[in-house]
Amino acid sequence: MTSNSNLSNMRRLVEQLKLEASVERIKVSQAAAELQQFCLQNAAKDALLVGVPTGSNPFREPRSCAVV
Amino acid sequence: MASEKAEMDSLKKECDGLRTQIEAARKAVNDGSMSSAAGSATDVGRVQLKLRKSLKGHLAKIYSMHWATDSRSMVSASQDGKLLVWDTFSGNKMVAVPLKSAWVMSVAFAPSGNLVASGGLDNMCTVYNIKSASPKTLRELDAHTGYLACCRFLSDTEILTASGDTTCCLWDLETGKQKIIFTNHIGDCMSLALSQDERTFVSGACDSLAKLWDLREGTCKQTFSGHTSDINAINFFPSGNAFITGSDDCSCKMYDLRSDQEVIGYQDTSLNAGVTSLALSNSGRLIFAGYDDFNCHIWDSMKGEKVGVLSGHDNRVSCTGVPGDGMGVCTGSWDSFLKLWN
Repeated sequence: MTSNSNLSNMRRLVEQLKLEASVERIKVSQAAAELQQFCLQNAAKDALLVGVPTGSNPFREPRSCAVV
Repeated sequence: MASEKAEMDSLKKECDGLRTQIEAARKAVNDGSMSSAAGSATDVGRVQLKLRKSLKGHLAKIYSMHWATDSRSMVSASQDGKLLVWDTFSGNKMVAVPLKSAWVMSVAFAPSGNLVASGGLDNMCTVYNIKSASPKTLRELDAHTGYLACCRFLSDTEILTASGDTTCCLWDLETGKQKIIFTNHIGDCMSLALSQDERTFVSGACDSLAKLWDLREGTCKQTFSGHTSDINAINFFPSGNAFITGSDDCSCKMYDLRSDQEVIGYQDTSLNAGVTSLALSNSGRLIFAGYDDFNCHIWDSMKGEKVGVLSGHDNRVSCTGVPGDGMGVCTGSWDSFLKLWN
């Protein structure tokens, strides 16, 4: 690696770090609260949380019924 | 020469200064933890899912699987040199795509359901039309100089790839050419996840970092550290404001985009196996993480606790996926089986 490319790599790194440093950050407590809120609001529709009713389980083998 | 050295030194100093600045800014907003916010949330209790189907068909290790947007079809890739498209409701194989190279590492379904893509040690991403009478190769995307670790379609005309050559790439499927190359990782890129609005994506790499990218501008917007080994899996939390990573360091972590840092980690001293894959339930509350220990462990994403396990595979769980309608989980393994649970 030539010293020139080392230099340009370093310059690029500085520019990248400047970009990343300029991000506006919100408080972790606020972020956590919003993530919680999302989970709670969507919990009822989450089939893996609340369960899939036996009759309408797409992956379950349908049981054969005899009509008497 | 002396002036170059002087500039190098001053640039290095600037870098160090910026890194310290970033760490300080992160610390300044780190005013609480996920677990304290989760204190009031109800426990999910023990999550016990049942094995509904074992899909048998591959003859060698399964490396990757991906659900179609209809939540019914699913494609899997195995080093037996085949892609199989399954109807998960019946358990039947619908399409078999023979691969030129058996060393496949990733497979993806296009949102339209018309195309699938795969790639691996051949360094290429090959796109197939599976709606034609027999699977037809549409494009061979050949420009990466390292293995193809992950691919995801944006549409039938654009696909994103992550490669062992440390770059990610956005391709135009109409021309077969690279549109944008995303460079910044210093280790093999192992996994990527697209945001719902398709304006950004996150990548995980062997440099133990996760990065957020602007899809159209090609720039790396944020870098997330914390893992101490390769990141093998990455997925967005359904709200789009956070993402989860799984690593060879045996842990998973959730990072929030807006606080620019890790907000909770998922690890257990009894778990000494690397994380290979992960998927989230639709509310984001449950994380299904595939491990080298042959199991898929289930984590409560909010409380950071292990709440269940999917046991049944006889070898490493290499891929995990939850369909769009959230009705189940699919695990794929080196034991050549795919299993469906709910």
